[in-house]
Amino acid sequence: MSEYVLEMNDIVKRFPGVLALDHANLKVRPGTVHALMGENGAGKSTLMKCLFGLYHPDEGEIIYNGQTINDIPNTKAALAMGISMIHQELHPIRFRPIMENVWIGRFPKKYGFVDHDKMYQDTVDLFKKIGLDVNPRDQARFVSASKLQLVEIARAVSYDAKIIIMDEPTSSLTENEVEYLFKIINQLKSEGRSIIYISHKMEEILRISDDVTIMRDGKYVGTWQAKDIDQDFIIRNMVGRDLSNRFPPKETKPTDEVVLEVKHLTAAAKRSFVDVSFQLHKGEILGIGGLVGAQRTELVESIFGIRAIASGEIWKDGEKIDVKSVRDAKSHGIALLTEERRQNGIFGILSILDNTVIAAQNTFAKMGILDTSKRRPTADHACKELNVKMPSLDVPIKNLSGGNQQKVLIARWLLTNSDIIIFDEPTRGIDVGAKYEIYTLMLDQIKQGKSIIMISSEMPELMGMSDRIMVMCEGHVTGFVDKEHFDQVEIMRLASSFK
Amino acid sequence: MSSVITQQSFRKSLSGVGALIVLLGLVLHFVAIKTLYDLPVIMMIVGLWIFGQNLYRLKHPGAHSGDIELNSKTINNLLTNYAIIIAMVVLVFIICVLQPRFMQIRVVLDIMTQSSTKLIIALGICFTLIIAGCDLSAGRIVGLAAVVSTSMLQTEDYANRFFPDLAQLPLFVPIIIAILICMAFGALNGFLVAQYEMHPFIATLATSVIVYGSCSLYFDLPPNNSQPIGGVRPDFAALGQTKLFQGAGFPGISVLIPIAAVITVAIWFVLNKTVFGKNVYAVGGNREAAVVAGVNVYATNLFIFVLAAGLYGIAGVLEAARTAGATNQYGMGYELDAIAACVVGGVSLMGGIATVSGIIAGVFVFTIIQYGLQFISISPMWQQVIKGIIIAIAVAIDMGKYRKKN
Repeated sequence: MSEYVLEMNDIVKRFPGVLALDHANLKVRPGTVHALMGENGAGKSTLMKCLFGLYHPDEGEIIYNGQTINDIPNTKAALAMGISMIHQELHPIRFRPIMENVWIGRFPKKYGFVDHDKMYQDTVDLFKKIGLDVNPRDQARFVSASKLQLVEIARAVSYDAKIIIMDEPTSSLTENEVEYLFKIINQLKSEGRSIIYISHKMEEILRISDDVTIMRDGKYVGTWQAKDIDQDFIIRNMVGRDLSNRFPPKETKPTDEVVLEVKHLTAAAKRSFVDVSFQLHKGEILGIGGLVGAQRTELVESIFGIRAIASGEIWKDGEKIDVKSVRDAKSHGIALLTEERRQNGIFGILSILDNTVIAAQNTFAKMGILDTSKRRPTADHACKELNVKMPSLDVPIKNLSGGNQQKVLIARWLLTNSDIIIFDEPTRGIDVGAKYEIYTLMLDQIKQGKSIIMISSEMPELMGMSDRIMVMCEGHVTGFVDKEHFDQVEIMRLASSFK
Repeated sequence: MSSVITQQSFRKSLSGVGALIVLLGLVLHFVAIKTLYDLPVIMMIVGLWIFGQNLYRLKHPGAHSGDIELNSKTINNLLTNYAIIIAMVVLVFIICVLQPRFMQIRVVLDIMTQSSTKLIIALGICFTLIIAGCDLSAGRIVGLAAVVSTSMLQTEDYANRFFPDLAQLPLFVPIIIAILICMAFGALNGFLVAQYEMHPFIATLATSVIVYGSCSLYFDLPPNNSQPIGGVRPDFAALGQTKLFQGAGFPGISVLIPIAAVITVAIWFVLNKTVFGKNVYAVGGNREAAVVAGVNVYATNLFIFVLAAGLYGIAGVLEAARTAGATNQYGMGYELDAIAACVVGGVSLMGGIATVSGIIAGVFVFTIIQYGLQFISISPMWQQVIKGIIIAIAVAIDMGKYRKKN
């Protein structure tokens, strides 16, 4: 028996065009809490999905309990081996009782029928063991998000797992509940179970964990004992990379003219952004930085009229505007390129032509009848201008690469003549060459006197492109950083600083 | 083994095939074999169409005009895409062999006439399918239009008039009234879908029940008391029964055919050349993206159902005129036939995909099969079985097309 209950050695995982894991390592000692840290996209979740049988590594070996396993075929096998996982986002079956949510896939049976009495009793016992106060017969939709999170943890425990992966377990918990969670974790630890703990919250990590492994860009940085390190050390190792020449030179400077001002904006939804104020100047790229859960996407979607706001004002060119729908935002010259290109950006089965002109459709129509002779040349011109590589305008857009799809979406919004363009993760899932082209396009727009808000989770991109960075943490603006003071460590500190 | 054919030569060879069929038809025409009936003429028409269409494509290359690689994959795709058409051609061939009288111009025209009203309904329902919905109220709305229009269009001397004291209205007035009532029910559908984001399946099911109930109440009004409405005015009946160019052995073209043709062109125009049409495809293709792109999803949803109901109304009026009468049972089950025809014609139930030409083909497939099976005296029960099998196979192929791409 080796020192470790789990060793993941030199794990490599490739996705089309991306090397998600580049020889990642993780060694977990039995009966410890092992924190896994890194920026967004560092590969933490991917590595855990490899361990949980959701992804299959291309290279590398997994040694579990002294046995070498090259591939865990599926989650069922992982659970049978004693590896369970608590996911970052919960997907409870809302209209079924809590107990069915806990035992789904392995209901206790009697004569081939589901034994509800035993299920109830088992759930009660399980909850009693970790001291959780939830009625197993309540439907999941009546149970609060934080309680559900704890139920999820109970479920992970119920598999009698040797290793429990917790991916951001505290994201929906209140302070008291976090304490409670830590109590459970300590109890699990004393039973000899190991916990792999993924979180962005430094203080939590340093408090609860025994070992810390840091990852960066899919690579293994190192493993340290938590007692030997501090926050600054972790941040330095998470971001420690140089900014090479990946960005086109910027020739213009933002003016002082304010084109957009957001005053004390608060979302209608709970647990979203609160009291956000900022100004956007003409010719400026305002970067918005922050970690997962900072509510940046929610903020820009509210400015664009997709999400409702509870209070606050939006001023455009010195006038207060009322944005209730996307059409309102469009008429005020605001454009948004969404983060999830596939989900709410492109129309996959429709042609590039239709995708390009959809937002500006009315400018090609008289009385609702389209002027085909104008539509096609305009779209063609716009796509050529942005250097979209395509066989023809009539090809479905899903056949294009991610970078070219993004360019079509940019063309779509340029045709609406918007003067404020919001980019939400403009280069996600795009290869390096196309990234440079997207950056050049963004700078072209700035040159033409437009203004850009850019959300990015990639630190180099954020610092390379922005004139100013607004940092958010858990729905609050935690600071603004000017170009002269850009500093990875400082931004990361702001991004994880709100309590 | 694979070889590449350019689009040009592919189109050229296809127009060659067309020309060949025309020639063959000409030859057969002069040889004049009696058992072939009108086959030579039909062959000439079909050949001309193939010739013309490919010549047009040669001059105006369309969307998918890449060179064609001849390999098993292409052939496989071709077979999947045209499986139903191929099956139909085989079936028609068998029917022709069994019963050569099938090869008559009269039969072709009959099939087209019978397809006319079905096509109009299918074109209406296709809008609701493009947004990944459906419309279960179509059939009942057809029935409502038939009852309302005929009730106001009876001859003065008919004994059992629906409105005994009603003056002889101009022909278009009752027709417009009937269609407007239908559109109002369409608006109800659209409102339920747009306002409450109800699934069209349940929204239109509710409407369908309401429409049938209302129609039956109206139909039961004294003095009619649920008797079939007859005594239809000749000028109204003419709308469905007139035969154009009749005489000299030519059976005549039913007026329904040009009416359906005009509506088909209009719908093609709406789908392809208007902002509304583009928005329909956008909402169906990706609703979330449509919202983000600033498409008025609410108005689009609402108008889709109003327009569709208008088309059902037209179909209902024509159906009443054709049969010179109406009962509240008119139109029952038409929606399922129309949905089936659309699906067979390549309309995806996942939304976003539909072509007018596909829907025309789908409607014809069903009429031809139904007519053909009747022609060779297959029992109506077996016809049902065959129809069901066709729907199942068509949808299975349709789903297979998308599964491959994931």
